[in-house]
Amino acid sequence: MTVVDWSRAQFALTAMYHWLFVPLTIGLSVIVGIMETIYYRTGNERWKALTKFWMTLFGINFAIGVATGIILEFEFGTNWSNYSWFVGDIFGAPLAIEGLLAFFMEATFVAVMFFGWNKVSRGFHLASTWLTALGVSLSALWILVANAWMQNPVGMEFDPEQMRNVMSDFMAVAFNAVAMNKFFHAVFSSWALAGVFVVGVSSWLLWRRSNVAAARSSLKIGAWFGLAGMLLTFLTGDGSAVQVARVQPMKLAAMEGLYDGKVGQELVGFGILNADKRPGDDKEAMHFEISIPNGLSLLANHDINSFVPGINDLIEGIEITPAGDTLRTVGYEERIAIGRRAQEALRAFNKAHAAGDTAAMNAARADVARDFRYFGYGYFDSPEQAVPPVALTFYSFRVMVMLGSFLLLVLVLMAFAASFRPRVLENKWVHYAGMVSLPLVWVCSQAGWIVAEVGRQPWTIQDLLPVGAGISDVPASSVQTTFWIFAVIFTLLLVAEVSIMVRFIARSSRSDIEKDNI
Amino acid sequence: MAEKGNIAKRILRFYADGFRNMTVGRTLWAIIIVKLVVIFAVLKVFFFPDILSTRYDNDAERAAAVRSALSAPEPADKR
Repeated sequence: MTVVDWSRAQFALTAMYHWLFVPLTIGLSVIVGIMETIYYRTGNERWKALTKFWMTLFGINFAIGVATGIILEFEFGTNWSNYSWFVGDIFGAPLAIEGLLAFFMEATFVAVMFFGWNKVSRGFHLASTWLTALGVSLSALWILVANAWMQNPVGMEFDPEQMRNVMSDFMAVAFNAVAMNKFFHAVFSSWALAGVFVVGVSSWLLWRRSNVAAARSSLKIGAWFGLAGMLLTFLTGDGSAVQVARVQPMKLAAMEGLYDGKVGQELVGFGILNADKRPGDDKEAMHFEISIPNGLSLLANHDINSFVPGINDLIEGIEITPAGDTLRTVGYEERIAIGRRAQEALRAFNKAHAAGDTAAMNAARADVARDFRYFGYGYFDSPEQAVPPVALTFYSFRVMVMLGSFLLLVLVLMAFAASFRPRVLENKWVHYAGMVSLPLVWVCSQAGWIVAEVGRQPWTIQDLLPVGAGISDVPASSVQTTFWIFAVIFTLLLVAEVSIMVRFIARSSRSDIEKDNI
Repeated sequence: MAEKGNIAKRILRFYADGFRNMTVGRTLWAIIIVKLVVIFAVLKVFFFPDILSTRYDNDAERAAAVRSALSAPEPADKR
């Protein structure tokens, strides 16, 4: 494995471990807020007890997960220094806002949440709980703004002298359409995950016939909240598909294993890819598939008769406009030529800069600006290098959708049973469904991020900087060493989290949750 | 000034009482402290230097280094 592979593997490892903690923090903070609001409005002590019970689980997850994201920033400076310098000014503002927000939130509202019972007024405590939930989500917003800029770089100008992208329009960066959709998709999916978590733990308590009343009340909140989150996740997922079709059509083609697009394109419901298939060859893309007629056209363009380009079409330069019309744009061979021209201009700028030749610098600067849009393609030898790993993207997308659909059914069942058919919640198969859902919702969530991040390969910044150019001049062995250090540390943290949570839930199941948490 | 002191004392007492009365939280704080020490005092110091900051003295040199790297990139698979 090269230094690029190890750097990518390390970043993927840390990001995936980090994302084990984050969605539960986002979603459970809202559930705790809802439970405390019920307590505040009704004065019913059961809800205070439930709020404290779930708040403890939130606290365990929050404590173990906190600062795991900072490691990603370390990696930027060490393993991805070219990339880090190239984007520096764009990332600076969102990450600084995120850092300040996280600091103030953690130092104040979380402390009031945990230490403030019976010490501050009920209203102030409730406000602190909701401000924690809001702070967590806003914190996620700024991270996703930074991520969305990589997927759809807007609101900047490249300065060859500073060798950085300089922010020219903060609002364009902050309200990047991809950022907004990504934020809501990530937050709503976190609601779904936390809802399933509450349903899963409650199902276990019901299966043990422990704290039945408390478990039923929790399950009802978790199921309805999770259901709302899941439906909104599907809705924003639809928005994501339309956006990906416009901004990253190659990712959509990879998600579908689609090489040659057509009008009225079907959506692959289930399929087995031909692993030998390569762009431009005559082999079949699929060994087997069950497809929904016109489904992809509907998904990508909200028009069943529209054209959806495949990998070969995109390499040839055939895309679709925001209105869904077919557009002949710049083919990948030409993009490579343009990118190389931009790099040549950058070399000319470098020479002029060293010689102090201002006129030559200005001429080179203009040349770079003209060709900058396809700057990153200049690093490729062939168009195929701009194609993401199709199999991983394709199968991850299906895992996400299938598990999401299964979890939606479980949440519908739980929500209706809890509200209208309480006796159904005595059935052990319902308990099993709730418990099985618990790990699956994390698999679903991780699969979603694999689609988003693997599907945009080979780019660190879409069209501007591929992974191979973004890395530092460091030996692969040093990245390999820290990869294994992280693998050990994160695994220990995960084991600690799960064991502390399990012990707490098991201990609670042997006692009276409602009495213990007053 | 006296009032500010009181507020500061109250905040300190609020945190001190909170930590004193924790149950599960004590284990968690132990994990948090160990984790932060490992992340910031070990990993950051010994394993994650900022490459450009350590190798170059100023922003102009860093920009020149990145410009050279990105305009004449060495293929990654050759490293």
